[in-house]
Amino acid sequence: MNILVCCGSGLGSSFMIQINIEKILKELNVEGKVDHADLSSAKGVKADIYVGTRDIASQLYGLGGEVVSLNNMIDKNELKEKLSSTLKEMGKI
Amino acid sequence: MLKVLLDILSVPAILVGVIAMIGLIVQKKSFSDTLKGTIKTILGFLILGGGAGIVVGSLGYFGAMFQQGFGIQGVVPNNEAIVSLALKDYGTQTSLIMAFGMLVNILIARFTKLKYIFLTGHHTLYMACMIAAILVAGGMGGAPLVILGSILLGFTMAFFPAIAQPTMRKITGTDEVGFGHFGTVGYVLSAWVGKLVGKGSKSTEDMDFPKGLEFLRDTSVAISLTMGILFIIVAIASGKTFVEANLSGGQNFIIFSIIQAITFAGGIYIILAGVRLILAEIVPAFKGIAEKIVPDAKPALDCPVVFPYAPNAVLIGFLSSFLGGIVGMIILILIGRSIPVAIILPGVVPHFFCGATAGVFGNATGGRKGAFWGSFAHGLLITFLPVFLMPVLGGLGYANTTFSDADFGVVGIILGNILRLFVK
Repeated sequence: MNILVCCGSGLGSSFMIQINIEKILKELNVEGKVDHADLSSAKGVKADIYVGTRDIASQLYGLGGEVVSLNNMIDKNELKEKLSSTLKEMGKI
Repeated sequence: MLKVLLDILSVPAILVGVIAMIGLIVQKKSFSDTLKGTIKTILGFLILGGGAGIVVGSLGYFGAMFQQGFGIQGVVPNNEAIVSLALKDYGTQTSLIMAFGMLVNILIARFTKLKYIFLTGHHTLYMACMIAAILVAGGMGGAPLVILGSILLGFTMAFFPAIAQPTMRKITGTDEVGFGHFGTVGYVLSAWVGKLVGKGSKSTEDMDFPKGLEFLRDTSVAISLTMGILFIIVAIASGKTFVEANLSGGQNFIIFSIIQAITFAGGIYIILAGVRLILAEIVPAFKGIAEKIVPDAKPALDCPVVFPYAPNAVLIGFLSSFLGGIVGMIILILIGRSIPVAIILPGVVPHFFCGATAGVFGNATGGRKGAFWGSFAHGLLITFLPVFLMPVLGGLGYANTTFSDADFGVVGIILGNILRLFVK
């Protein structure tokens, strides 16, 4: 399973969210590859789940994967909750 | 033997690879992960150099047209472009300052009250690069350059988040998270202006704002559009005949300009891909080590961390900072008529990311009025700072691009001028 985190330039904030997601996947015991990218690149990267903050998540719909939209990129609980519920829907946990 | 070792380590690409490798070994990663990470880091550095060639080509045409059309040097500030240029000459110093600067940051967080760990890796790289360039221009070299550079870098990494923190608490409502982006002086200015003008002004988030500009969040698209407009303006100013005879090899001057604008965006795209690869191993290692040594540290995060708190202020901030950039440019053109001065054009990347952040900071202290006037002041600031920064950058000061965000200007101007006092 591939997860792609996106932000405007694909450098800082998406990277921080990626590190947090990797931790959460380990806690949930789910195998997955996480990467981060800018919005332009996101379209060319096939992923099962796309993650972004709510101000850019609208541009992630229609890329062919589930979308996790975050209100707050520093809130690990929100991230964990939303990610787990998406993973449940997909039957991964 | 030692000579060979030194030769290997003085290749910047290999040096950053070694730094990443040490980070991976410290984290006790497997052999295959360590090898993979090391190679990817070296690859990133080489990709970045490739992007530099593309950006420089496009900017060269831009500079030539601007010179022909207006008779002065036109500069488009862009961190990625200037860093990719600078790393060709100062790659080794930059890598060492970055590695030891991060250690100094950890030590400062461990032993002083500045508990911030600066996690915005690309800005750490850019600041290391600028400090290296200025120290070399100031006549330093060898170990003293790396030691002084690392201390300076580590200090800026802890200091700037600290001055942003009072407003950060207002924005996020917690004291847990710091703010790490080297545009801080501009954001603090914006918050201060917001406080001055924004008495009783309502928050930007209480109004409906058109969402149609959201596509500008896509950096490549935004760069292509604004560079396209700038290119077409200078192409017209320099004249069809000049462009087609000297630059484009006969290709229509407007088509040529559009292609060059998008080529510039393509170059930045490649540089960013390189930066991403370089940081992929270094930042997690830094974060992991910092968390172990400084348990009560506050992570200082990249500027979009505040965007979701005030999406309207993000757009207002961008537009108003850009407006400030245009007004600043006009002022510089007027000044340029009597004294020779580089004309700083509004670069979209700094106005977007920094302007947007200035908008959020201004909104936190002064609502709509604060967001507008705060970012406007920020736009003026990042137009005038490069004018004073470029002379202290040595050979880099003659490029058609320069460092864009406020703290680079402030740190660079102070450091460069202090060095001038001591060295000469």
